[in-house]
Amino acid sequence: MPAISAGLSRDQLLEIYRYLRLTRTLEERLTALYRQSKVIGGLFRSLGQEGESVGSAYALERGRRKDVLSPLIRNLGSMLVMGAQPIEILRQYMAKAESPTRGRELNVHFNDLELGYLGQISHLGDMVPVMAGIALTFKMRGEPRVGLVYVGDGATSTGAFHEGLNFAAVQRVPLVMIGEYNYWAYSTPPEKQFAVKDLAAKAKAYGIPAVTVDGNDVLAVYEATKFAVDRARRGKGVHFIEVKTYRRKGHAEHDDQSYQPKDEIERWAKDNDPVDRYVKQLLGNDWADTQDLKDIDDDVRDEVDQATDACVNEPLPEPETALPGVYVHPLAPDKLWFRSL
Amino acid sequence: MPEITYLEALRQGLWEEMERDERVFILGEDVGLYGGAFKVTEGFHKRFGESRVIDTPISEAAIVGAAAGAAHMGMRPVAEMQFIDFISCAYDMLTNYVATARYRAGLATPIVVRGPCGGYVRGGPFHSQNPEAAFLHTPGLKIVYPATARDAKGLIKSSIRDDDPVIYLEHKWLYRRIKEQLPPSEGEEILTPIGEARLAREGTDLSIITYGATVWKSLEAAEQLEQEDGVSIEILDLRTLLPMDDAAIVRTVQKTNKVLIVHEDTRTGGVAGEIAARINERAFEWLDGPIMRVTAHDVPLPYAPTLEDFVLPQTEDIVKAVRWLAAY
Repeated sequence: MPAISAGLSRDQLLEIYRYLRLTRTLEERLTALYRQSKVIGGLFRSLGQEGESVGSAYALERGRRKDVLSPLIRNLGSMLVMGAQPIEILRQYMAKAESPTRGRELNVHFNDLELGYLGQISHLGDMVPVMAGIALTFKMRGEPRVGLVYVGDGATSTGAFHEGLNFAAVQRVPLVMIGEYNYWAYSTPPEKQFAVKDLAAKAKAYGIPAVTVDGNDVLAVYEATKFAVDRARRGKGVHFIEVKTYRRKGHAEHDDQSYQPKDEIERWAKDNDPVDRYVKQLLGNDWADTQDLKDIDDDVRDEVDQATDACVNEPLPEPETALPGVYVHPLAPDKLWFRSL
Repeated sequence: MPEITYLEALRQGLWEEMERDERVFILGEDVGLYGGAFKVTEGFHKRFGESRVIDTPISEAAIVGAAAGAAHMGMRPVAEMQFIDFISCAYDMLTNYVATARYRAGLATPIVVRGPCGGYVRGGPFHSQNPEAAFLHTPGLKIVYPATARDAKGLIKSSIRDDDPVIYLEHKWLYRRIKEQLPPSEGEEILTPIGEARLAREGTDLSIITYGATVWKSLEAAEQLEQEDGVSIEILDLRTLLPMDDAAIVRTVQKTNKVLIVHEDTRTGGVAGEIAARINERAFEWLDGPIMRVTAHDVPLPYAPTLEDFVLPQTEDIVKAVRWLAAY
């Protein structure tokens, strides 16, 4: 299949579209389930950020024991690209017994290291040192694999971010970092978070090459990440890519976004939606026609429908399954005495 | 059999595991060419190379985080904290990330975080700490604290082989003070089981439950009490604090019916409180007296010898406490 843009074939370009559509459709389904009180906790949307998630993850080598990424709460698209299944996401949000974490963890906090994604924890920045360690292992073993870690604009204020990035830079491990500049860290705007204009400046301070790209241009993110990933795979060390994007929903679904200017949200939605922009590119360049995209949309909807139907009525985990698995040995703590009275 | 120090025993254990298993590697501050602040890893860089003995920036969170990432990928990292006081800089990484990884996500994280702890060395507030209580409260971690050269070796080897994360506390006051005859590396393999206490002294009248440096202070006190008072003291060296050997604790309580808990760490929220609660729940009817504690006073550890000696539990304190409890 010949490459027609950014080194990608038509099938690949359409596959990227599919992941964008799947991310958005799946989140819309989760919103519906949230409103029906079927989602147990909060719902975190990546509306407006699907482009950078999918574009960056798509630049990795995927499959068993290939590259590894660590997503954040707004990187559902990255996880889907790596092979996470919609039914797994749905089960996680609904805390089902059959969910990947068997009801122990929330939303996208799960992993499949064979497929190459390592779920985040809520302490922002912590995945940077962990991913530095994973990339260090690739280097130690001489494996041609790359790690990719996402960090939000707010999380670049944490100590773990700085320690991890510096450690990775010094060790020259094959790690690529995506810095997501989405303008809002919960309710805090960039000017209250840092005094630099671009996150790239922080990476440069550690001797790491850094670029800033339009995060809502899927192919631009793909190309920048591909360059960085190839470079890391050649043993050239860490690379930082800042993606400028915008968080169009609240921190979570409960958040009324009172602090975000209405017209700002509308402007990004109208003029700078990553999916709309990609559709225009696909149609404008004749890489696809409307029927191609409609077929994908229908197919994605069917997939999400089927996944929802398959798990929405599944049971929650049995209470006592909460105990085992803290250690390999001892397997489980005893049930406490008052529970046996 | 050659006589070796606690520090040399630890060093041997690390060395043997590095020789045995190429997945084992060391990372920490000044551990490579320099051989570590206390020379625990002296010679390792030359033998195993810089990819397995990694000098890191001063970044405890990154050291522990990177160790966790490597462990997920099948490695067996041993992270050194130059002084264990600095483990607090990695507290988040240990308690939130490392400790929960298996339970949350089925992630294997077999790391060892080790470093010199403890006082009696005029180290002041930031080079003398005993951090065990801060981690005892965290399901998912294991904590070992050897008192003897044999266990220094046996526990580092078992910790490296354990499939769960282990905090290994080595007492710097014992490093070169304790010597013991141990078989050479090519002889008997020493593996101290994690989770098993050791009877350091048999006795019939009163039990001291302790660990770390105060095992030796308790032994000294017991000898004195035997000679001067004719009291027979049993001493249980816990060796592993998490998971705690409840069975061994109950056994010694049932045998002597009186318990003194001794530790070097401060009192409030210390390990002794947890031990006392377990005895209360499991062996209350076997007690002929209150469970008493000899611990440090609840202050940061001061530097001046007069101050440090006052704050920390001394042999003489244990002697007096035993006399008080024996007379109860």
